[in-house]
Amino acid sequence: MALEVNGKQIEVDEEGYLSNLNDWEKDIATIMAKEDDIELGDDHWEIINFLREYYEEYQIAPAVRVLTKAVGKKLGKDKGNSKYLYELFPYGPGKQACKFAGLPKPTGCV
Amino acid sequence: MLHTINKSPFEKDSLSTCLRYADKGASVLFIEDAVYACTKGTQFEKAIHDNHGDIKFYVLGPDLEARGLDNSNLTTNIEIVDYKGFVKLVADNEKTQNWL
Amino acid sequence: MEEQELESGKIRKFIYVNRKAPHGTIYAHEALEVVLIAAAFEQDVSLAFIDDGVYQLKKGQNTDGIATKNFSKTFGALDMYDVEKLYVEKESLDARGLSEEDLSVDVEILPALDLKKLFNESEVFFNF
Repeated sequence: MALEVNGKQIEVDEEGYLSNLNDWEKDIATIMAKEDDIELGDDHWEIINFLREYYEEYQIAPAVRVLTKAVGKKLGKDKGNSKYLYELFPYGPGKQACKFAGLPKPTGCV
Repeated sequence: MLHTINKSPFEKDSLSTCLRYADKGASVLFIEDAVYACTKGTQFEKAIHDNHGDIKFYVLGPDLEARGLDNSNLTTNIEIVDYKGFVKLVADNEKTQNWL
Repeated sequence: MEEQELESGKIRKFIYVNRKAPHGTIYAHEALEVVLIAAAFEQDVSLAFIDDGVYQLKKGQNTDGIATKNFSKTFGALDMYDVEKLYVEKESLDARGLSEEDLSVDVEILPALDLKKLFNESEVFFNF
C-alpha cells in the first residue's frame, strides 16, 4: 500500500502506518489527518511532535495510558488526560496520533 | 521448583547458572540438547555429583534415544523419565523455570 | 495464566529473567516487547538480568551500523509503564568487567544468593 504525498509514493502498512519511519515529513501527517477528517491545529502538532521526541528517546510508541501520563508530565495536567487527547484524536490518541507522527502502532494496541 | 534446561552445556552455561539458582529440594530436568550434560566422561559430571542429594536430576528418555544415547552412556544419579514423567514433574512442582 | 485470576484482580509476582546478549538473537528484544505488553495487566513485575543478559543494559549502544532497532533506549521508558524493579546479578557483571556506571538505567545490583530469594518469592517466570 502507498500514500501519495507531493507526488511521491510513500509506503504504508495495511493499517496506514508508515513502513519506514524515516519517510516522515509534516505533509504526511496533514494528508493522513485529512483522510480521517481532521484538520491539524497547533494542539495536534504539539502532541505529534511530543510523540516524535518520545520515540527518538525511547524507541517505542507509547501505549495510550503511558502517553497520557507522559503528556501530563511534560505539558501539564490539562493536556495529560484522555478527554483532551481523545478530542484531538478521536480514533484514539495512541493509535491515531502515532500514525500521524509516523510511528509504528503502539506496542500492546490491538 | 522444577528447572528445565534445553541447551548443550558445551554451547551455553545454562547448567551452571541453573545450579546457582536451584535450591535444596529442587528438580532439574535435561531435555533436547541438554541431555549431553548427563553423559559420562564430561566436565559436567562433577557438578551433577556435587549437587546430587540436594537436587534431583532427570533426563528425558526420547531426547536421549534420538541422540543415540541410553542408560549406559549416563553418569550416575540421573533418572530417565518419559513424557508422562515430564508431565508429572511439572504437576508435582508448584513452579517451573526454563533455562534457555 | 488463568483469566479468572486476572479478572478478579489478583496481583501476581511476575519475573522476567534475561540471560541473552542484546543483538545477536531476537530473545532480548522480544522479552522487552512481552514486558511492555504485559505491563497493561498491572501485575507486580520484576526484571532480572544475569549472564550475558547484563549486556542488554550496557550504556552507549548504537545500532545504526547494523541497521537494527536500538531497544536499549526503551529500558528508560519502563518506569512510565510502572515497571520499576530491575535487578542485575553482581557475579555476572563482575565476570564481564562491568560495574554500575556501565549501565544505562537505574538498577539494583544483587548477589546471586539474594536474587535467588527473589526468585523463590516470584509466582510466574518468563525466561529469555
